[in-house]
Amino acid sequence: MQQIIDMIQTYSLLRMLIAFLCLLAIVFLNAVVMGYLERKIAARIQRRWGPMEVGVQGWLQMILDGVKMLAKQLIVPKDADRFLFRLAPLLCFTPVVMIFAALPFSSALYGINLHIGLIYIIAMASINVFAILIAGWSSNNKYSMFGAMRSVAQNIAYEIPILLSLLSVVLTTATFDLQKIVEAQSGILWFAMYPNLFVAFVIYLIAGCAETNRAPFDLPEAESELTAGFHTEYSGFGFGLFAVAEYGNLFIMASIATIMFLGGWNGPFGLGSGPILGAFWFMLKVFVLMLVMMWVRWTYPRVRFDQLMNLAWKYLIPFSLVNLLITAFLVKMI
Amino acid sequence: MATTTKFQTSDKHRFLLNMGPQHPATHGVLRVILEMDGEYAMGIDPVLGYGHRMQEKMAESRAWPGFYPNTGRMDYVGAMPFNHGYVALIERMAGIEVPERAEYIRVITSELNRISSHLLGIGAYVLDLGAFTPILYAFDDRETILDTLEDITGSRLTYCYFRAGGVLKDIDDTFIQRTRAFIDHFRKRLPMYNDLVTENVIFINRTKDIGIITADMARRYGVTGPTLRGSGIAYDIRKSEPYSVYSHFEFDIPTGTNGDSLDRYMVRIREMEQSLRIIEQALDKLPEGPVMAKPKKVKLQEGDCSFSVETARGVLTYYLVGDGSEVPYKLKIRVPSYSNLSLLEEMCTGMLIADLVSAMGSLDLVIPEIDR
Amino acid sequence: MSGYFKDIYTGGKSLLIGLGVTFKAMIRPVVTVQYPREKIDVTPQIRGHIELVKYGENDAGHNCLVCGMCAKNCPCGCLTVDGERREGVKGKVLTVFHYDFTKCSLCGICVESCSRTALTFSNEYELAGFSREEFQFDLIKRLEVKK
Repeated sequence: MQQIIDMIQTYSLLRMLIAFLCLLAIVFLNAVVMGYLERKIAARIQRRWGPMEVGVQGWLQMILDGVKMLAKQLIVPKDADRFLFRLAPLLCFTPVVMIFAALPFSSALYGINLHIGLIYIIAMASINVFAILIAGWSSNNKYSMFGAMRSVAQNIAYEIPILLSLLSVVLTTATFDLQKIVEAQSGILWFAMYPNLFVAFVIYLIAGCAETNRAPFDLPEAESELTAGFHTEYSGFGFGLFAVAEYGNLFIMASIATIMFLGGWNGPFGLGSGPILGAFWFMLKVFVLMLVMMWVRWTYPRVRFDQLMNLAWKYLIPFSLVNLLITAFLVKMI
Repeated sequence: MATTTKFQTSDKHRFLLNMGPQHPATHGVLRVILEMDGEYAMGIDPVLGYGHRMQEKMAESRAWPGFYPNTGRMDYVGAMPFNHGYVALIERMAGIEVPERAEYIRVITSELNRISSHLLGIGAYVLDLGAFTPILYAFDDRETILDTLEDITGSRLTYCYFRAGGVLKDIDDTFIQRTRAFIDHFRKRLPMYNDLVTENVIFINRTKDIGIITADMARRYGVTGPTLRGSGIAYDIRKSEPYSVYSHFEFDIPTGTNGDSLDRYMVRIREMEQSLRIIEQALDKLPEGPVMAKPKKVKLQEGDCSFSVETARGVLTYYLVGDGSEVPYKLKIRVPSYSNLSLLEEMCTGMLIADLVSAMGSLDLVIPEIDR
Repeated sequence: MSGYFKDIYTGGKSLLIGLGVTFKAMIRPVVTVQYPREKIDVTPQIRGHIELVKYGENDAGHNCLVCGMCAKNCPCGCLTVDGERREGVKGKVLTVFHYDFTKCSLCGICVESCSRTALTFSNEYELAGFSREEFQFDLIKRLEVKK
């Protein structure tokens, strides 16, 4: 046993391999748990049971769904661009894993701590757009192309409010390093409790919802209009990777929100948080945010495309710009 | 097999999109061929006939009582008024006198069916727009109606309950109790729909000023039902040519002002409230007596006859030509959804595809009754 | 300009009220029933397939006098009724009562047109089969099985 620990401590390559496998496991575990929770919450809102057959209260359902997806035939449509068609799910999935490597789960649990952590994460999140466009284009299907084009416009428009609202926090702490931002909130007050940063928090939540293509902004996968949008032609595990990537993106969006606004791995009101307890606080906050996102999804109808653009350009961006100015003013004065 | 020939356009950047017979947003087997310019639908061509079952031919090949089950199958969501129209037509033709208790029972069951049909209509409409929960709340309310009606008619959806001369089975005290309980329960539920759907800013943005039907356009296409009343014309067969005992009751005809989808939706909600009023008054005034007239052998006299009723979707007319025997010579059924669908092209040219889905859902079509 | 802020205020308030409605629904009990394990009692009025009514005092167990009115009036042509004359028995004895359930539309005209109420609706709603032959019912045999 001691030999193994020595080996891990000397060979950084081995450390990286173990960290990579742990991250993959976390990503898939997140997809399984969130998929199950989504179905259960949707069911309870609609006053029905949800999955109940496999396992107690259906907890094995998602695992068996994964097995089913693995067993399906991977169909590539005729006249589709074969290489791009197979590439798109991987391109959607890879950035998710890479972002998970940079998230601080607690003061000691993280993949790697970059000085420019925030910029790295936002850059990786933008590759998602590219993957959706490739998926829609290579499917050789008009419905998929519709979904992909809508998604590109939507994602590009909503990146601006995300950047501006996160910039308010960066101005307050003067660093991009995620660990330092969390440490700056280790007092009584989290950043979301300051009024100007609370506005930034709300703007970030709405824009993040739109960025990850979740309802009420889920036009790229609008089921009743476009019969599944950009992933119409994917079956089996290609579709599975898209679903895992979607839940991964949701987790990332929620965890950025907790890190920047809700105190990361700090406990509430300055309660103690060590290396393990911090991870517990972090996961608790992230899960609460994800549950709120799911609650929102099952309540509202879908927003139409030009109203979506309207919301971004006429409401979110002016508000976040003004908020940024006010934050800069406050930071200088106080 | 209709491949459209009307879209021979030389515009190279327009393409044809087929919202095929299997589509989540066309309520049934309707095929719409769209000529798209980007996201705008420039040309619309609905293709019908995927569900044709030759109901009118069936009426010509069996004796007139044999058509009873078919009336319930045409519009399976609101089947009672379809029953009523056919039965009242035979009674008018043969001069059968219906006892008053049977007429009251007919009105009560038709209005309950109207409520359940509207609930399904608005639930499916909001589902098309992307909200997944209100339809399930609507179905929860609908279950009570379906259980109540199952107790006396025996079926939940395709009713075959009316007969020429009355109704099959009398209603009892359990039915009256359950209906009264349902009226109270539903009156308390309507504000919930208001909070969840009607006042919601996203829903209002998706339905306001979408799919405007002017009064003139409605008159030209022969549109009836809530689609017409949303444009401001207060035309309802129950008030203008009262049949059965509708003249004994006091109820309003809700209308809209703009003729957009939001108005049609609000008209349906308010019609449900008016139906509750009618049922309450009918239960209070319910007379005693038999529920079936004395049976007599009816031979359809030579000549024609017609009868119009108000279903949940509009005016339904049965037109029968008899030739002296028991088998009709011709039966023509004029269904409301056919005329409502015919204005799709004029209403929706130049709309975004999302708006097209919203406008089509607000018409509340049931395709099996169009195809018959 | 004031319309801009008023829009935001009314819009935001309506969204929060909507969230409240779904939250209340989340904590209320579930209304569905897990069907194969729990069953709801159905009213005895539901229209299952047709069957002969049991009459205890008759030898044959049913009250049919083989007049054939039900088969004649059926709009779908799903009933076949036949009988024969036997010695010492008044009237016809029922030998064949074939009922093709694949064609039946549950209209009830046969039940009404029987002058002796020998037919009635059963309460079976859980009929599912693997072939069409399973739905060609022999009503006399079903009556004997019920005895």
